Amino acid sequence: MSPRRVRAESDAVGRQELPLRITVDGEPVDGIAGQTIAGVLLASGRLAWRRGRSGAPRGVFCGIGVCFDCLVTVGGERDVRACRRRAHDGDVVTTQNRQPEAGRATDPTERKHLGLPGEEDR
Amino acid sequence: MTTRHVVVVGAGPAGLAAAEAALAAGARVTLIDSADRPGGQYHRMLPEAYGAARPERLQHGWWAFDRRRRRVLTHPRCAWWPETSVWALERPDPTEPGVPRVHVVRGPADGGRRSRLRLDPDALVLAVGAHDRVLPFPGWELPGVFTAGAAQALAKGERVVVGDRVVVAGTGPFLLPVAASLLQAGSRVLEVLEANTAGTLARGWARRPWQLAAYGGKAGELAEYTALLLRHRVPCRVGRAVVEARGDGRVEEVVTARLRADWSVVPGTERTAPVDAVCVSHGFSPQLELPVAAGCTLRSAPGGEFVAVDDDQRTSCPNVYAAGEITGIAGAPAARAEGALAGWLAAGGVPDALALRPLRRSRDQGRAFAERLAGAHPIGAAWPEWLRPETVVCRCEEADYASLCRAAGNAASRGARVAKLETRAGLGPCQGRICGPTVAELSARLTGRPAERPAEGIPAAGPHHRPIAQPIRLGELAAAPEPLPGNTESHPSM
Repeated sequence: MSPRRVRAESDAVGRQELPLRITVDGEPVDGIAGQTIAGVLLASGRLAWRRGRSGAPRGVFCGIGVCFDCLVTVGGERDVRACRRRAHDGDVVTTQNRQPEAGRATDPTERKHLGLPGEEDR
Repeated sequence: MTTRHVVVVGAGPAGLAAAEAALAAGARVTLIDSADRPGGQYHRMLPEAYGAARPERLQHGWWAFDRRRRRVLTHPRCAWWPETSVWALERPDPTEPGVPRVHVVRGPADGGRRSRLRLDPDALVLAVGAHDRVLPFPGWELPGVFTAGAAQALAKGERVVVGDRVVVAGTGPFLLPVAASLLQAGSRVLEVLEANTAGTLARGWARRPWQLAAYGGKAGELAEYTALLLRHRVPCRVGRAVVEARGDGRVEEVVTARLRADWSVVPGTERTAPVDAVCVSHGFSPQLELPVAAGCTLRSAPGGEFVAVDDDQRTSCPNVYAAGEITGIAGAPAARAEGALAGWLAAGGVPDALALRPLRRSRDQGRAFAERLAGAHPIGAAWPEWLRPETVVCRCEEADYASLCRAAGNAASRGARVAKLETRAGLGPCQGRICGPTVAELSARLTGRPAERPAEGIPAAGPHHRPIAQPIRLGELAAAPEPLPGNTESHPSM
């Protein structure tokens, strides 16, 4: 089994669900208004969406914006913490990969290390 | 006399109480939080769009919190700045302590078009809180291994459960509300594992029991969680820990083992259990980058390093106050008392006001509670025995235990900075927030020296020194700071 959202009908807090749809690497993913991008991804059955330097899969670890494991690109903006960014209907999310051999050394730290100009730095 | 301007960073229990007290003392307050709703981690609110009819079902002390946040956020002298990150604190003159200038960006998390602003307050209250500390173990980097705080934030904050066969493990009373949240969300908690042995717990909690009576509220809260676990027949075991997570691309099973008091594994007691999620917490790490940037002195305590404060919550830096978990892990009631004291005094309130007496008492009880908590739930010294050479220690850079051992064995790379460059531990996106304390501890043990002795003229490498406290994009940095609405005359432009 995977992570999931509590069903609204049986949720003790008595809440509504306003549906929204984002795309992840081109694939449509449904969520509800108010969820973070990480929440939408988890509740859609995705446990991991980022790859580390070795290619190992990563998803949410700390859930509160400290570990940076859950980074995604949102509408062309790289390195957005998925656990802290609320999803909006129509968000175009692309996943990130830190593997150098993937030919996409786009991580700022990595680019610096490889002597490449930083596209965005922190 | 002009109204004092107090900036409060963090809108959790401590920050909200600070803002309320500062307003009561007559100050103008700017309350800043990175989240879009107040409450911090303890009172994490559901999103507004969920339209929750009964939010109190998920929250301890909801009504008191709800009243307080409405009072504070609607107060005419309070400016509430949600979705605001303090990315730097700039000291007016590094050699002369004073209230630092507060640099913020406002807008959606990590967004590229946030507005940049600067504040020059008369006093600053730091109430930025803490995050879970998780010790590494083989497989802890697998998807499906979460911090206990993550499971709690997802369940409380957006009604997402991390799995349906979950083991909650680590140390500290926080494991109980996390397990309770999962159960209330309909997840199956297989067991709750407290790593410390019954003996350690009893010694820690039974010492000076009369002090605990003063902290009855917290005890009652924990008793409720325990009752819930009992009702759901969730076994709670002490002296047992998750020492390995296994799986192909995600966690599929955990290995748990009985521990001795020093957290060494009792051979032959290993058990495997199929799981789809693991939630781990070995205590809390205070978020110290802002206090360090402000120039606040830290103190060492059994649970780690914290901001040193006096009886008035003053840090070593004039007009900079600290409250809540950054001064010691003592829970929400203590954080509220500390916050109220800090806010009142930061606003220039009289220090001997009668109303401060119960606050000081409550704060002192909180400090005693923190000491007891640290004593009852220490991290056992033998935990590195769980590690294997290939165990990831720094999650970002995937630096393993073997590379740390190599760096420690090589005389040339023993300094913290050199070891960092050689192993890359701490150089990733999280900037050592997760592995920092662990790497420092392992390096100290492996080299047999407590800390780096840097060359003359170079300050010691501090694990909390992050001049850029939160990520900011170059475009945002390059843009001129926006003038403040209304109060531009008191904020000279660059």
